[in-house]
Amino acid sequence: MDLATFLIQLLNAVQYGLLLFLIAGGLTLIFGIMGIINLAHGSFYMVGAYLAWSLSMHFGSLWLAIPAGIVLSVLLGMAIEWLLIRRLYRLGHLQQVLLTYGLILIVEELRSIIWGDDVHSVPVPALLSGSIALTDTLSYPVYRLWISAFCLVFAVLLYFLIQRTRVGMMIRAGATNREMVQSLGIDIDWLYRFVFALGVALAALAGMIAAPVSSVFPGMGNQVLIICFVVVIIGGIGSVKGALVGALLIGLVDTFGKVVEFKIGGLRLLPELAGMSVYLLMAVVLLWRPAGLFGKPA
Amino acid sequence: MSRPRFFALVALVLVVAMVALPFVAEKFTVQFATRVLIMAIFAMSLNLLVGHAGLVSLGHAAFFGMAGYCLALASPQYQAANFWTSLPLAMVVSGVLAFAIGALVLRASGVYFIMATLAFTQMLYFLMHDTGIAGGSDGIFIDARPDAGLFGWRPFDLEKFGDFYFVALALFLLVFAFIGVLRASLFGRVIAGIRVNETRMRSLGYATFRYKLACFVLAGMLAGMAGYLAAAQFGVVNPDMLGWHLSGTVLMMVILGGMGTLAGPALGAAAMLLLELGLQSLPVVGDIHLGKHWQLPLGIVIVLFALYLPKGLTGIPGRAHGDD
Repeated sequence: MDLATFLIQLLNAVQYGLLLFLIAGGLTLIFGIMGIINLAHGSFYMVGAYLAWSLSMHFGSLWLAIPAGIVLSVLLGMAIEWLLIRRLYRLGHLQQVLLTYGLILIVEELRSIIWGDDVHSVPVPALLSGSIALTDTLSYPVYRLWISAFCLVFAVLLYFLIQRTRVGMMIRAGATNREMVQSLGIDIDWLYRFVFALGVALAALAGMIAAPVSSVFPGMGNQVLIICFVVVIIGGIGSVKGALVGALLIGLVDTFGKVVEFKIGGLRLLPELAGMSVYLLMAVVLLWRPAGLFGKPA
Repeated sequence: MSRPRFFALVALVLVVAMVALPFVAEKFTVQFATRVLIMAIFAMSLNLLVGHAGLVSLGHAAFFGMAGYCLALASPQYQAANFWTSLPLAMVVSGVLAFAIGALVLRASGVYFIMATLAFTQMLYFLMHDTGIAGGSDGIFIDARPDAGLFGWRPFDLEKFGDFYFVALALFLLVFAFIGVLRASLFGRVIAGIRVNETRMRSLGYATFRYKLACFVLAGMLAGMAGYLAAAQFGVVNPDMLGWHLSGTVLMMVILGGMGTLAGPALGAAAMLLLELGLQSLPVVGDIHLGKHWQLPLGIVIVLFALYLPKGLTGIPGRAHGDD
C-alpha cells in the first residue's frame, strides 16, 4: 500500500469513526445519565437520513434541510420521551428492551407509510462537491473531509456542554444522584427530556450528514445500531470519552480490515471475513476489560 | 377445586386436544400448530435464560439459525439427511457455539450482556450473509426432509404433515417435562438463586459463572432443536433465521406468555403467532393497508405490554386477585 492510498484509507477511517461517535455518543449519554438502553437509537439515524432527503427536496438545499431537520428531531425526541421513555425509569432493563424494540417496528413501518420503501440518494451540496487531488490519479472528495470537520466541531461542543456549562453540571449531577439533584430544586424531568432529545438529535444529525455518501434506504438504522453497541462495549458504557475512542478504533479496524490483505502462513483470509474484525476486537475487549476501556468495573 | 388440580385438568384437556388435532383439523391448521410447537420449544429455551437465570439475551436466534444451517449443510444434495444423526449433530453444534459465545458474553452483565449477545449474533449473521459458505444472502434449500430410517426400520415419515406434527409434539412435551424437572432440581434452584442474588450464591460457595454457562449452553442446544425442526419444516434456511428480528420476536413470546413460568413461553408462542396471523389479515383503513404494515400494530402491542403487563398473559389471573 503506497502513501496516498494509506492516507485516503486513514481519512475514510477517521470520517467513519467520527460519524459513529455522533451516534454512539448519544446512545452512551442516554444510558449513562438516564439508565435507559435505547434499541431505537438507530431508527433515529434513519429518520435523520430520510429527513435530509425529503427536506432537501423541499427546500432545494441540504444547508436548509439540516437546521430544519435538527429542530424536527429535537421535537421528536422530546415527544417520545414525554410519551413513552419517562414511564420506563422505574422499570427494569427487560421492559426497556421490549419497549424500544416495539418502537423500532413502529418507526420502521411509519417510515414505510410516509416515505415508501425505495432507496434514495441525496446530492452533495454544490459548494462541497469537488475533490482534492492527492497524486496524479488519486483524489479525495471534499464532502468527506467536511463530514470529519463537522463531527469534530460537534464532539468539541459536546465536551464543552457537559464539562463546562451549567446544564452540563446538572447532567453530570443527575447521572450520579437523581433524588439529590431533584431536592436541590432542579427540574430533573426537563433535564432528562433535554438529554434524550440531545441524543436523538445527534443520531438524526449523523443520518443527515451521512445521507449524501451512504444513500437513504429502509433498515439503515439497524446496522448502525449494532455497530454502535460494539463501540459502546469497547469504550465503556456511559463514557463519552470511551465512545470517541471506541468509535475511532472501530473506524480504523473496519476500514483497514477491508483493504489490508490478511495472511496466516500462506493462507489468504477471505476479504468478506474482514467484516467480522470489529466483533473480534469486541471479543478481545470483553476478555481483557469486561467493563470497556473507559468503563467503571461493576 | 384446588388450584393445582384445576391446572392438572387443564393440562390434560390440552394434551388430549393436541393429540386429537391432526385427526380433525385441515392441513393448514396442523402445519400452523406445528409451527406453534416449534416456536414454543424455542421460547422455552430462551425462558431458561431470561426467566430463570435473569439473563436478558437479544441474540438467541443465533443458536436457532445455526442449527438450521447445520441441517442444510448436513443434507446431501437432492437427498435427505438422517434424522437420528443430524438432529443430535445440530444440537451439539449449537451447544458448542453457545459455549464459545457464552464464555465471552457472560463476562459482561446487565446492559453489556444484552448488547454483547446482540453483537455476537450479528457477527454470525454477517458470516452467513457475506460469505458463500451457505448460499450467502439468498440462503440454501433443503431438498428433502430428514429421513427417520433406523437400521431398516422407519417409525415415521417427516414428509407427511401429520407425522411431522407428532414428532414436533413429542419433542415439545419432552422439552416441557425436562424443563419442569430442571426447575425443581438443585441446578434449577441454583440458577434461580443467581437471578435473585448472585453475590449471595457465590458466597454460599457456588461457582456461579459455571452454572450460568451451563444454562446458556443448555438453552442454546434446545434452541438448536427448534431451529432444526423449523429448517426441516420450511425446507429453506437464510440469514434471517439468525437475525435479531427473530431474537426480538422470541423474547416477545416469552414476555407475552409470562417469563419464569413453565407454560408461559409456550402460551406466548401460540399467542404471538396467532397475533401475527390476525394482524397480517387486517383490512385497508383510509390510504393505509394495515395488513401490509402489520408490524405497526404489533409494535404498539409490544409497547403497551412493556408498560402495562410486564408479567405477561399468565400474570393476568394474579392481577385480578390483586397479588401483583
